[in-house]
Amino acid sequence: MGTSLDIKIKRANKVYHAGEILSGVVVISSKDSVQHQGVSLTMEGTVNLQLSAKSVGVFEAFYNSVKPIQILNSTIEMVKPGKFPSGKTEIPFEFPLHVKSNKVLYETYHGVFVNIQPQKGKLTPSPVDFTITPETLQNVKERALLPKFLIRGHLNSTNCVITQPLTGELVVESSEAAIRSVELQLVRVETCGCAEGYARDATEIQNIQIADGDVCRGLSVPIHMVFPRLFTCPTLETTNFKVEFEVNIVVLLHADHLITENFPLKLCRV
Amino acid sequence: MSEKVRTRLEELDDFEEGSQKELLNLTQQDYVNRIEELNQSLKDAWASDQKVKALKIVIQCSKLLSDTSVIQFYPSKFVLITDILDTFGKLVYERIFSMCVDNRSVLPDHFSPENANDTAKETCLNWFFKIASIRELIPRFYVEASILKCNKFLSKMGISECLPRLTCMIRGIGDPLVSVYARAYLCRVGMEVAPHLKESLNKNFFDFLLTFKQIHGDTVQNQLVVQGVELPSYLPLYSPAMDWIFQCISYHAPETLLTEMMERCKKLGNNALLLNSVMSAFRAEFIATRSMDFIGMIKECDESGFPKHLLFRSLGLNLALADPPESDRLQILNEAWKVITKLKNPQDYINCAEVWVEYTCRHFTKREVNTVLADVIKHMTPDRAFEDSYPQLQLIIKKVIAHFHDFSVLFSVEKFLPFLDMFQKESVRVEVCKCIMEAFIKHQQEPTKDPVILNALLHVCKTMHDSVNALTLEDEKRMLSYLINGFIKMVSFGRDFEQQLSFYVESRSMFCNLEPVLVQLIHSVNRLAMETRKVMKGNHSRKTAAFVRACVAYCFITIPSLAGIFTRLNLYLHSGQVALANQCLSQADAFFKAAISLIPEVPKMINIDGKMRPSESFLLEFLCNFFSTLLIVPDHPEHGVLFLVRELLNVIQDYTWEDNSDDKIRIYTCVLHLLAAMSQETYLYHIDKVDSNDSLYGGDSKFLAENNKLCETVMAQILEHLKTLAKDEALKRQSSLGLSFFNSILAHGDLRNNKLNQLSVNLWHLAQRHGCADTRTMVKTLEYIKKRSKQPDMNHLTELALRLPLQTRT
Repeated sequence: MGTSLDIKIKRANKVYHAGEILSGVVVISSKDSVQHQGVSLTMEGTVNLQLSAKSVGVFEAFYNSVKPIQILNSTIEMVKPGKFPSGKTEIPFEFPLHVKSNKVLYETYHGVFVNIQPQKGKLTPSPVDFTITPETLQNVKERALLPKFLIRGHLNSTNCVITQPLTGELVVESSEAAIRSVELQLVRVETCGCAEGYARDATEIQNIQIADGDVCRGLSVPIHMVFPRLFTCPTLETTNFKVEFEVNIVVLLHADHLITENFPLKLCRV
Repeated sequence: MSEKVRTRLEELDDFEEGSQKELLNLTQQDYVNRIEELNQSLKDAWASDQKVKALKIVIQCSKLLSDTSVIQFYPSKFVLITDILDTFGKLVYERIFSMCVDNRSVLPDHFSPENANDTAKETCLNWFFKIASIRELIPRFYVEASILKCNKFLSKMGISECLPRLTCMIRGIGDPLVSVYARAYLCRVGMEVAPHLKESLNKNFFDFLLTFKQIHGDTVQNQLVVQGVELPSYLPLYSPAMDWIFQCISYHAPETLLTEMMERCKKLGNNALLLNSVMSAFRAEFIATRSMDFIGMIKECDESGFPKHLLFRSLGLNLALADPPESDRLQILNEAWKVITKLKNPQDYINCAEVWVEYTCRHFTKREVNTVLADVIKHMTPDRAFEDSYPQLQLIIKKVIAHFHDFSVLFSVEKFLPFLDMFQKESVRVEVCKCIMEAFIKHQQEPTKDPVILNALLHVCKTMHDSVNALTLEDEKRMLSYLINGFIKMVSFGRDFEQQLSFYVESRSMFCNLEPVLVQLIHSVNRLAMETRKVMKGNHSRKTAAFVRACVAYCFITIPSLAGIFTRLNLYLHSGQVALANQCLSQADAFFKAAISLIPEVPKMINIDGKMRPSESFLLEFLCNFFSTLLIVPDHPEHGVLFLVRELLNVIQDYTWEDNSDDKIRIYTCVLHLLAAMSQETYLYHIDKVDSNDSLYGGDSKFLAENNKLCETVMAQILEHLKTLAKDEALKRQSSLGLSFFNSILAHGDLRNNKLNQLSVNLWHLAQRHGCADTRTMVKTLEYIKKRSKQPDMNHLTELALRLPLQTRT
């Protein structure tokens, strides 16, 4: 094939917000001149609810509601039928980003249920202090078998700006058993549903180790996690679906004791 | 899109798990090779644009740094792996940097983030995002630290925000050894990228102090038990990393900071490890002034922890560089040596003692040095422990030599020679001897006759000489000869010439295998004979005459043992001249005869600096020199007139000369000059108190007739040769040789003689006959003749000039 076609978008990071103008160039390159029937460019934005293998049964119940929801659609004619000369031809274009009436433009993200292809809020800091001891744990079968430990710490805020890392501190004040690892587990909870019922799915999207080995007692270890760009979006709640985030602090002791403390997060973009 | 990302992440995991397991059961060398392979594959991956693979490799490598299963290997592993990280950091930085370069401009070295374009920034951000999602703490830390410099593209404050965060991140590393090396890496990268940011360095130090107690905690102790590693060999593993951190901090640090750091170290128990790093990293002046404090602290340290000999070694290293207060000096030495002398293990002992020798030499007299040397001998002799410590023992000798420039003092250190006896391996012993001789040559100003020095150095030189065998390289022989000659030249017994001669006799028997030394000895003895002559103002007494003859005899019997033919020839000539100067006529004759009889042995080619060269030019040079001497040698009463000259001419005649060379004729021309000089009434030069032929014969006509006859024979030979050159290819040679002969006659001959006059005219024509002569030379020669003809008694030249036509150009 002698002809190639490429769309280049001007912004290096490819992030655009509602109301802004998306601009770029269409690059056509070929060895010989090319006859064509005209070039038109279509911009489309959809919300795609997908079936997860895990919950196929549930979805069949409200199958109808998983049709893609279109939220953006515009087409422009760029060139009338004619001929491209040989070599490289660049055709610039611009699209205003206007959402279809009565739809909201969500941030792009790739999830299990929800894929949003081609977004704001005010943040109030909400620090959380926590203390983990054998007594504070739920779901423990035999509390007496647990080695004694005292872990204290705090998250600077559970309301997070998506572009800023999650921060805080953790101090192992005491622990009978040696510590093997401390990890931060970022979990996404997606809920899809309608009148007929709903499906909830929690997925680990990132796991970051913040302590490796038997850390020094009484010395604070920083909690620091950058939110992954592709797998997170601001916390969302719509009539058809919800996307929420949580963080688990997981402490692994020697002899395979696993201690988890869960904190729901609220992500937003400022 | 999401699928692609997921498989990528999965791949990343696979790669990490699989390859890391591979590395578990390898020997050290295999491990090193494997890491080197990884380094190469990183470069390859990068070069083939596989950035993700490159990142994977780096992650995988840095993961190895969380493994402490062979703990003694950890420092080496750290070096190997951080090397790869550096490579990676450089690659990433350079790539992003190159993205900022467009056709028009190149980024300056100190650019600001505004100069970087969006694509570069986005790529840079991508790297940081990718790294932020690395699951494990240690790889995430190392990889981010390795590209710390890239923050420069993103924001001005980037590095200064990043460094404290990374410093805090290290707190999450549980193993104290792993964490201290992580700190060392961060300090290293930090110093490189942002040397002005000192805060993080200090923070690293203080954080380290906070976690210091972990070293003695259960987790570490259990690990050591499992691996069977003792605490005294575990603790020194920290030193390289700590030294580095301490060094970064103390670099250009104000005195107050150092004092504060030292105070904080003091407060911690079991702080020998800290103490050692403080001593290795801080300024030597700082340590030296507080030496007594440090000795006190070292003494208080726990016996079972960090090895004390290392502490004393570190202190000693500082004292070698900076001086402690005058009043403390002796006490420091006593306190330190008290501990050092108690060290049981010879290796520990010698490593420590070696450092302290420098301090002892710097500040104390030979008495203390002697004590120290004695102590070293005592420790190193049992079980031949010295065999394992030659390098340290050599260093001790070098330090002692460096401080004792006066060799009479050096050798009066009683234990110095016994110390040398410890070097029993020949190669090492010779090395040490060389050092001593080099120092002697460099520092000895005055000639000496000190029997202590002479005995010791003769012994040293003999050791060097005796190491020479059939396999010794030429260079080595030359070096040894140079050193021994340096010694011989420095020995002088003043007016006691006989003692001097017997020293040379002794030296000859000792150093007979080194030709340059024998040559030096012959020159020295010749010099001795001339000194004697000078002292006696040329009038030898019976005693001095006998002595001088002894000198001459020394040379005469030594020369034949030499191998180099020209060395022998020149020495015969030289010694003959000395003998002549000392009125030993028959001895001089013997030298000259020996030289003449040696000439037929001169080979066609001789070896000069490893290359075979024709010898004729050397022979020519020697003979010319010889002729000048022969002028003043008086004829032997029992032999005929000009006996030596005739003898020499015969040898020249019989010598097989190169076919196409005119050297023989050149020599004959020189002989003519000699004969011309000999026929003068008074010779050009004389030797005091030696009657040359001019006064022997007093212009006797028989002598002159003999002389003339010789001249005629020689000239006939020359003309014969000129005739043979009348062939096409030799015409040029004929012309130049003819002209040179013409010039000789002009300079030495009496042109009032008709035959000679006619001969010179013929030669002039011969030189020009075939158009080979250089016209300018001819013109100049003619001008010269005309000029000379204006001088008194030179009128006959006017007539000659008229008979010399200049060839016209054709």
